[in-house]
Amino acid sequence: MPHTLMDLWYGFTIALQPSNLMWSVFGVLIGNLIGVLPGMGALSTISMLLPLTYVIPPVPAILMLAGIFYGSQYGGAIGAILLNLPSHPPHAVTCLDGYPLTKMGKGGTALGITMMSSFFAASVGIIVMIFMSPLLVQIAFKFGPTEICSIMLLGLLAGATMSRGSPLKGVAMTVFGLLCGVVGTDVTSGTMRFNFGSNELSDGVELGALCMGLFGIADFLVSVNRTEVKASDAKVSMRDMRPSRAEIKQAFMPMLRGTMVGTLFGAMPGTGPTITTFIAYALERKISKTPERFGKGALEGVASPEAASHSKTQVDFIPTMSLGIPGDAVMALILGALVIKGVQPGPQLITEHPDIFWGLIASFWIGNLLLVVLNVPMIGVWVKLLQVPYRFLFPAAVFFICIGVYSTKNSLFDVAEVGVFGIIGAIFLSLDFPVSPIVLGYVLGPMLEENFRRALLLSRGDMSVFLTRPISAWFIGACTLLIVAQVVAYARRVRLPQQQPVAELATE
Amino acid sequence: MANTLARLQSLSQRFTKDRIGALLLLVLGACVTVTGTTYRIGTLNHMGAGFIPVTLGILLLGVGAAIGLTSAPPKPPSPSDPKPLPPEWRGWLCILGGVAAFVVLGEYGGMMPAIFASVFISAMGDRKNSVRDAALLALAMAIAGALIFSWGLHMQLPLFAWS
Repeated sequence: MPHTLMDLWYGFTIALQPSNLMWSVFGVLIGNLIGVLPGMGALSTISMLLPLTYVIPPVPAILMLAGIFYGSQYGGAIGAILLNLPSHPPHAVTCLDGYPLTKMGKGGTALGITMMSSFFAASVGIIVMIFMSPLLVQIAFKFGPTEICSIMLLGLLAGATMSRGSPLKGVAMTVFGLLCGVVGTDVTSGTMRFNFGSNELSDGVELGALCMGLFGIADFLVSVNRTEVKASDAKVSMRDMRPSRAEIKQAFMPMLRGTMVGTLFGAMPGTGPTITTFIAYALERKISKTPERFGKGALEGVASPEAASHSKTQVDFIPTMSLGIPGDAVMALILGALVIKGVQPGPQLITEHPDIFWGLIASFWIGNLLLVVLNVPMIGVWVKLLQVPYRFLFPAAVFFICIGVYSTKNSLFDVAEVGVFGIIGAIFLSLDFPVSPIVLGYVLGPMLEENFRRALLLSRGDMSVFLTRPISAWFIGACTLLIVAQVVAYARRVRLPQQQPVAELATE
Repeated sequence: MANTLARLQSLSQRFTKDRIGALLLLVLGACVTVTGTTYRIGTLNHMGAGFIPVTLGILLLGVGAAIGLTSAPPKPPSPSDPKPLPPEWRGWLCILGGVAAFVVLGEYGGMMPAIFASVFISAMGDRKNSVRDAALLALAMAIAGALIFSWGLHMQLPLFAWS
């Protein structure tokens, strides 16, 4: 315990070093700025700025990426509440009650409550992360390739089936992502796989190109000339944002419950943030004495999901950093950036790179505090930014994407790759396939293959090793449970076609 | 003529989004499996480069089949259905053209022409943008891009590269 506090103190000294602090502030600011812009979420922002991390050392790079992530979450809530525009899917549920509040002239209060809940939930998440990670690391040291394989399988399966829309389509996209990870030279034998005879592809698909194609270009292709973004005439001043004592009291318990939901789900690899916010919202409506107020501007319906999404974000870093298994696509991107920087995430990370781990934790607090301080006076600027028309936004973004990908390796081939993944992503999106599992599969694919091969080499080709080693057996058991649950849910849907589960509401 | 039109219509009714997706996955899975077998597969003990690709290909075939089999049967069209959106060729071609222009001009023209062309072409994809608006936006972006990336970040791409 005193040891942990010492480590935390060490983290603060790292995070407060001027160069690290500067990148962290930069990430938070840019994340917040781009998160506010309609149609830009954490994923597109991080992938756009990913190339920048190649030129700076690992510690500030990771602090910046994390800053972008939670910065864009704060920013996204602004668009959701004031404009009814969820730029990041988890905010879809915030729209349900946030926008009615704006129409009632209480948009400022809703934003204030959101910020309060976010900060509180993030703080709880950070504390959980501080005390859970070392514990998890002790278990993680017992992990061999067999266990790593099974937990990755669980993560992939959960990521595929528990996100939005059809679970089968999620699985299909995960497999497609794994395939993208296979492209290039096979590490063990040196065989070129799926490189279509091109030399450039022998290093594999470029992470930045994949993401910007799937989340940038594909999104523009789907929404060009089709989305009508209405301008907001909402005026929010600083004074509006201070909730009254009664309003704080009204939002306090939902905030606590939302934080709990987020923390619980954050610890499970693969559960997406969207599903977490929907569960928090559903829980709040269920235990409320006046459920009819929900959807018409209930503060509880804003406080709880926002708290859930922020505590989940923080807790999500635990499996990502200590096991090397990302919970969702954003975490997969951050993991990918770590790997590019030559830092191998896993149980050794905390002991081998304490500066990254504890510096990151300390920077979370600094960043979250900064966001609260920043957002209150800047709210007028954000409201203005919401009015940048889409027709100017996307051409500028096309150029930023192109030059960003180019700068990674000074390769125009990678820019062409963005175009190809844009087309692929647009086709999948128009057929109602979710694209974010592709990233999860792409990042985990090579690791999964390596560990799978090693596990079977050690067991002399005996597949039963996944069931005879106890930790691995638990994960395989959880996988089986997930599949059985999905089959049962499907069978029920076939029998009772009227009832729609919560997960499907999310796609609306 | 009317005959083919009717046949096309019934064809599009039979192919719901799920079925097109399933078909796509089946084709992709088949290609991957066939290509995968050209690499060495090996045994469980000593896997070759082809083992995982073949496994993934077969998985894709399985998932594709499952999506196809569980897809809802096509419903007769009802007036309450949201109308399928017409194809947006102008937007699509302009955005992809913008990316392509960046690749080509990045090679043969330099950074400024590449930025100008990519922004201008993709901006023309939006019906509400006039040529003047698009050109002004492209010019602003080209100047900003040159300042940030060439002067600020010292990117290797030359500003102008006439050859």
